[in-house]
Amino acid sequence: MNFSEVFKQSNQLCKLSPDGKYLATCVQYRLVVRDVSTLQILQLYTCLDQISHMDWSSDSLFILCAMYKRGLVQVWSLEQPDWHCKIDEGSIGLVSSRWSPDGRHILNTTEFHLRITVWSLCTKAVSYIKYPKACQKGLDFSRDGCYMALAERRDCKDYVSIFVCDDWHLLRHFETETQDLAGLEWSPNGCVLAVWDSCLEYKVLLYSLDGRLLSTYSAYEWSLGIKSVTWSPSSQFLAIGSYDEKVRILNHITWKKIAQFEHPATIDNTKATMFKEVEKRPAVGSDEMSLLNISVGTTLFNTQSKYEIYPLPVQIPVVKPDPDRANPKIGISVLAFSSDSRYLATKNDNMASAVWVWDMQKMSLEAVLEQTSGVRCFQWDPRRPRLALCTGNSKLYLWSPGGCVSVQVPTEGGFQVQSLNWHCSGDSLVLLGKEQLCLCYMDSD
Amino acid sequence: MRQFSQSPLPLHRNPYVLSAFCTEHNVKECLSHLNQEVLPLGLPPVWAESGGSSELNVVAVLNCMYDLIQLHHKGLRTLENMEVEQLKSSSNVECLQLTTTRLKEQLEVSKRENTGLLERERQLQLKVKSLQNCLKNEKEEVQKLQNIIASRATQYNHEMKRKEREFNKLKERLNQLLVDKKEKKQAIDVLHSIGRADGKRSLWKTEKTEAKHEGEMYKTLLSDYDTRQRELVLENAELRKVLQQMKKDMVSILSSRKAALKSDKHDHSGLQNASEEDEEEVFDSSKESVELSCVHAREKLTNSIRLQWRRLKNHVERLDSQVSLAQIGERKNTDAVPRETHEEEMDRLKLEIQQCKDFIQSQQQLLQQQLSCPCDEEAAPLLNDCFMLQEKNRLREEWKTIEEQRTIFERERRNFTEAAIRLSHERKAFEEDRAMWLKHQFLNLSPFTDTKKSALSKSKSAFLISAETDPSAALPLDNVMKCHSDRASPTPRSVSLTSSSTADLYRTFCLIPENSSTKPKRKNGQAEESSIHFSENVPIQYKHWNDSEEHSSNVLFEDKNSSI
Repeated sequence: MNFSEVFKQSNQLCKLSPDGKYLATCVQYRLVVRDVSTLQILQLYTCLDQISHMDWSSDSLFILCAMYKRGLVQVWSLEQPDWHCKIDEGSIGLVSSRWSPDGRHILNTTEFHLRITVWSLCTKAVSYIKYPKACQKGLDFSRDGCYMALAERRDCKDYVSIFVCDDWHLLRHFETETQDLAGLEWSPNGCVLAVWDSCLEYKVLLYSLDGRLLSTYSAYEWSLGIKSVTWSPSSQFLAIGSYDEKVRILNHITWKKIAQFEHPATIDNTKATMFKEVEKRPAVGSDEMSLLNISVGTTLFNTQSKYEIYPLPVQIPVVKPDPDRANPKIGISVLAFSSDSRYLATKNDNMASAVWVWDMQKMSLEAVLEQTSGVRCFQWDPRRPRLALCTGNSKLYLWSPGGCVSVQVPTEGGFQVQSLNWHCSGDSLVLLGKEQLCLCYMDSD
Repeated sequence: MRQFSQSPLPLHRNPYVLSAFCTEHNVKECLSHLNQEVLPLGLPPVWAESGGSSELNVVAVLNCMYDLIQLHHKGLRTLENMEVEQLKSSSNVECLQLTTTRLKEQLEVSKRENTGLLERERQLQLKVKSLQNCLKNEKEEVQKLQNIIASRATQYNHEMKRKEREFNKLKERLNQLLVDKKEKKQAIDVLHSIGRADGKRSLWKTEKTEAKHEGEMYKTLLSDYDTRQRELVLENAELRKVLQQMKKDMVSILSSRKAALKSDKHDHSGLQNASEEDEEEVFDSSKESVELSCVHAREKLTNSIRLQWRRLKNHVERLDSQVSLAQIGERKNTDAVPRETHEEEMDRLKLEIQQCKDFIQSQQQLLQQQLSCPCDEEAAPLLNDCFMLQEKNRLREEWKTIEEQRTIFERERRNFTEAAIRLSHERKAFEEDRAMWLKHQFLNLSPFTDTKKSALSKSKSAFLISAETDPSAALPLDNVMKCHSDRASPTPRSVSLTSSSTADLYRTFCLIPENSSTKPKRKNGQAEESSIHFSENVPIQYKHWNDSEEHSSNVLFEDKNSSI
């Protein structure tokens, strides 16, 4: 495993291009494009204000930089560096900006979610979409880029509109039986749209592409409901994580629950492996504590850690959430399937330092990873069943069915890994710290 | 005195005989006896012996009698009293007995009542406990609902606050916009438009495009359903196969068991039916594969599986019960024999196992010896192979024969192909020849026959030889002929070297005597041709005409050399 040197970035804005060749980072108001393999700076663009959001177009030819405070979006071309495009939303303000799947339209959501403006870079034409809903995930494009589903709210009722991304033609518009629609997501095969309600009501509605309601699922009433929803890459399963610390799996044929994964504080009676991160502090003698050592090596304070396998039964530390606060820190907030749909990784918010890995073939717990501090981010390798996670310290953790490993990121000045992103080939990782980024190249097996 | 005391005793006892006690003879004895009797009663003695007179003291006797009578009366009175007392006490006793029985009964009744009451108390206590549990549960439920309400309330409040904040922001923004005179409009500033991602021109939104979108959408859905259905069909087929396999296995197990249990009459009839049904079902399974999608076939399969499974289960249960009975040893006569045979069988099997183990052991030892024994360098490879030697020889011989056969086949194949090629060429040549011959037949009619006749035969042979030596020679000659025919006149085309043209040739020959105008022309053309082919100057002339056909010129050279 090799680590690159550390580069500066701001606002955690660092994205790899969809074709995997370039790495774009934002440093204050500059956009830096590097080559992924050599990390040499290929292009440097300057925006008018501090960049709030940055994204690649789907064909990796253009990058949009949004500056929400100024209400501006600037688009840069990789092929023609002198090409420029500036979209000014004017007094209406800007809250979010994104590319359309064809990479030629930009969708800007105005302040207060008054409307969505669709700017065309081909024809400079403008279209408007009214009454978009301000919710957790109100807009989703299907994976093949043909359709866009948008949540709308009119007259205190929730609607879903399906647009054809080709010409923004409204294909279907239907009301949903939700109290307060919180999010929607297309299945990877683009034929089913999952729509879920806010946490006050546990309800998942499944709509076919042509707007027919296929099925409704509700596990229980009254208690706080759905916290997170994700599809498996094969579109076979829909995993729903809820505030009752359980994950329910629905199957795509009958849309009924086929499995329920629980996250108890005491793990017993499973064939799962329990990995616990154990820190080993290097023994430092008093005579070694010279000034030179301290200045040179913060590695002195970097504790080594490794994983140990603990026999069951095992207790996982639980942090009880404050009952008086809204959106309590309890329940399954993150769900991620591996690319072959074989594994599901979950995180329960009141056991923030544990990551649970479930085997979808056996429908049982495969492994539990307990870290020394709260898990910040985890992501599956896009090519193979390998999970990378980070907990805000200077280490990178990897789990695969063969085992677990903890790797120290060798940087001076203490690089705290706060989030990570895999490269589309699965050969490298982008590690983001507070103001820094670092690339990690995996060994080619 | 004893005599007297003894003898009158029975008289005393007998109350009816009163006078037998005292007679004239035993007066004294009687008196002394009476004294003795009276004294313990506390009465004065009736007779004093010392008086010496045997005369009776009448006063004393009368007193004594009076006393005795008084005593008697007293006795009677006491007796009466006692009897009364006794009666009283007996009635008391009866009374008491009655009361005790009554009280006992009462006690029993009250005991029973007591137990009943205890029982009720216990039940009530249980009920109280369960009600307490219910109450606890309800309290918990209430608490949970209260918690839920509280969390929902916090969530609502949070949302309200958020919405209020947003509302405030909106109000501020509205104020700002009203105050702000200059309104910043939306604008896009692009250096130049970029092409579409797919390079196509965008279309107007018309009904046609809308319909197209609808169509595409339904196509996507349909293809998804299609793939899913296909997957499900495959899965179904797999499962069906598994079920069939299971059924076959079960049927085979049951039928084999049936043969073993033929002695058991109880099962016989049942199994007979089962076997009949099994046969029927086994026969049907071949049909079932055909009617894969038929609902009835599916139901039949699952039902038959269930039936077989139940039978197998019953059978296993029966076996289990038999085994348990055998262990208990109730039915000795029927179980003794199987048990003995079973034991014999066991022993035999054990012996067999031991023998096999020994055999394996010895084999292993030999093998070890083989591997570990240090042989000579030369002998080792030989010895190593000696086990396989015979096999190897046989295989080698077989291989040889196969190789020979293969070469033979190859040769034959080659010969066949060559023969086929040759045949085709010969045929072509023959056709050419025939055409040529016919043509010359026709030409023979002309005055230029004598010079050609000799050459004709040679040409034929030339053709034949060329065909044999160089199969491709015919082709350039064809081309030559053809190009000449092009240049000369259209009619020689009819003299092409295909079999279909022979009919044309005959026709032309028929026509020739009639149509004499065309004759010279034709003749000329053909004369040219013939001169081209059959004169000695052919190569040079040929070269002039067709420089590219060097190959054919070479051939002609050859022909010339070989034939002429």
